[in-house]
Amino acid sequence: MEILAILIPVSLFLGGIGLAAFFWAMRTRQFDDPKGDASRILTKEWDDRPRP
Amino acid sequence: MSIAEDFGRAPTSACPACAVVPAAERIAAMRAARDGKIILSLPGAEDALSISTIETALQAVPGVRSARVNLTLKRASVETSPEVTALALVTALAAIGQEAHELDPGLLSSTETDRQGRELLMRVGVAFFSMMNVMLLSVAVWSGAEDATRDMFHWISAAIALPTVIFCGQPFFKSAWASLRQGKLGMDVPISLALILASSISVYETWHSGHHAYFDAAVMLAFFLLIGRYLDHRTRAVARSAAEELAALEVPRAIVLEDGVEAERPIAMVAVGDFVLVRPGARMPVDGIVTHGASEIDRSLLTGESLPVPAHPGTVVCAGEVNLTGPLTVRVTAAGKDSSLHRMADLVAVAEGAKTRYTSLADRASRLYSPLVHILSFSAFGYWMWVTGGDVRYAINISAAVLIITCPCALGLAVPAVITSASGKLFRKGLLIKHGTALERLAEVDTVVFDKTGTLTLGRPESQALDAHPTEVLTIAAALAAGSSHPLARALADGVRAKGIAPATVEDILEVPGHGIEGHWQGKRVRLGRADWCGAAPLAATATYLSLGGQSHAFAFTDRPRPGAAEAVTALQAAGLTVELLSGDTEAPVRELAQRLGIANWRAGVLPAEKAARVAELSSLGHKVLMVGDGLNDTAALAAAHVSISPATALDAARTASDIVLLGQDIAPIADALRIGKQSARRMVENFLISGGYNVIAVPLALVGAATPLAAALAMSLSSITVSLNAMRLK
Repeated sequence: MEILAILIPVSLFLGGIGLAAFFWAMRTRQFDDPKGDASRILTKEWDDRPRP
Repeated sequence: MSIAEDFGRAPTSACPACAVVPAAERIAAMRAARDGKIILSLPGAEDALSISTIETALQAVPGVRSARVNLTLKRASVETSPEVTALALVTALAAIGQEAHELDPGLLSSTETDRQGRELLMRVGVAFFSMMNVMLLSVAVWSGAEDATRDMFHWISAAIALPTVIFCGQPFFKSAWASLRQGKLGMDVPISLALILASSISVYETWHSGHHAYFDAAVMLAFFLLIGRYLDHRTRAVARSAAEELAALEVPRAIVLEDGVEAERPIAMVAVGDFVLVRPGARMPVDGIVTHGASEIDRSLLTGESLPVPAHPGTVVCAGEVNLTGPLTVRVTAAGKDSSLHRMADLVAVAEGAKTRYTSLADRASRLYSPLVHILSFSAFGYWMWVTGGDVRYAINISAAVLIITCPCALGLAVPAVITSASGKLFRKGLLIKHGTALERLAEVDTVVFDKTGTLTLGRPESQALDAHPTEVLTIAAALAAGSSHPLARALADGVRAKGIAPATVEDILEVPGHGIEGHWQGKRVRLGRADWCGAAPLAATATYLSLGGQSHAFAFTDRPRPGAAEAVTALQAAGLTVELLSGDTEAPVRELAQRLGIANWRAGVLPAEKAARVAELSSLGHKVLMVGDGLNDTAALAAAHVSISPATALDAARTASDIVLLGQDIAPIADALRIGKQSARRMVENFLISGGYNVIAVPLALVGAATPLAAALAMSLSSITVSLNAMRLK
């Protein structure tokens, strides 16, 4: 049962990472234009070098 | 339930015309917009290729700082220096074959809605995280964790669940408090009570090393209810942003003549006594009297007449009419709030207020449900107090279990899930639901009343029986018609071109505003235009006349029915609905269209007030009327009807008055809308029955004290999932 002392914090921590990622995505408006973002990866712009 | 409440709370804010009223505010917004940001609507933007071509083209315009396309909203926001006009951007896009329209940023108030949506979604995320973690611990307890381990698990659950309930429960607590203060017992009161009671009981039980804690139930409750709330919010936000976009397309500006110099101004800044220039093809921005120029005006949106009316100095014009041939100078007699367009919009706002009296299914369910739940829970408390001889802990435990089990998880999802699914389906068919209860009201419709011009027809003339004329006459007519932008002339030119006949060579073509087009063909003077000007006897139907060497020829026109009009009418009649046609137009064209579409009940020459009266008469006979119309003359009837639909080409006021907007040209989806409306009303009832069914099984268990947290969790999740799946069955 001692393993619980490790496993429970680990599961909370992992869940917390997911939650933090979700918060970040909401705050930085990652869901504003899903269709556009899906299409943008297909454009040829910035294929040769990264966007400055 | 919040859907109907929220819709009911702000009927006027849904009216884009009313947003015009605080003039100063709007002008400030427009000025700010002009300095920094221009928003363009891009109906043609489809894929990755169009994103990059549009952005490149916009960035190539001098003065543009940055441009970004949002493909989901089909909009581009462009940061520019102040001197760049939207027109320059639209022209630049037209050059690469992209259709673009300027949007009035003052009317796109989506940021506030966005913020609310993001907050709700944030709460859904937090509730989901807690639910998963608490459930992990709860499963351990259910599968047999004992004593100290169980207590530790309960304490950890409490540490996760309590902050979650406090954070995620806020929307419910707030609205429950608001409804309590009004002395009402809304759906959110039992929800809040269940959340608070479940949490506090569980803390108490944990403190005393009890066997059962309901932390998982509390967070699960919050999670499912928040999903319902979010779906509800999203449906409204989507409808609102699309409706706002339609309104924002008409950037309200007028050309004012100041000492003979043209200046563009927002309509809010036009004063009575100003002189306004109205170019051919433009809509009258104000009410006024023509002081200069001759032209013809199209009143069809206001009165339903399909024939243009001549305008000359002294003619009274109303806001909303379209100037057809020559430029007109108009002295303003009423502008902004006082113009006829706005008075009509005010009427609509009043009528809309009346419409919100409709009680939605959700409201009726919650009215029945809230008192019942409270009574059940309290009587369970009283009964167990009596049976156990005053064991408060046990009695409260039971009454909390009853509250948790009956809590309307599925009830909260029952309606939003169906509306989300149905409005998504209808949107793909080109119908935009503006009003949450529109679907339910559609399901009850038994009579459909159509307007003619612009609704069943396209409001565009089409030349008729061209074969009756000699080819030579047609070639001359086509040559003259090509010189004008008058709708009849354009229709004639198109008609002749479609027959593969090339126009003749006519010289010295000159447009005489208000009369027609004149020219010389083989040395003879030829004229195309009004009957009296061409020396012809006028026909009863819409027609234009050609005078050629002392002889005259008449070209008649019909208004082409909208694509899908015949299918829509046939489908509606096949579904057993009564179809009526009420038009403000003259008798001949109305009769012709009614016969063509197979509508037996039709009336011509109907005044706007008579239309509304007819709708009211039908309603008083117990019929539920669906009104479909586009003109200002229809708005009163649209607002008076049980449910109403208008095409996207309709006037602002008409679109505002209607519950559903038809986005495409094709009118056939109206039949689909009625079918889907009926289906979704049925799904809603089924959903209520399903969630009721779960309660019928689970509540007796809770009342006798046999409901464990496991049973509560099962009942809650199963009923929520079944209800959502049932909503998705819509076809």
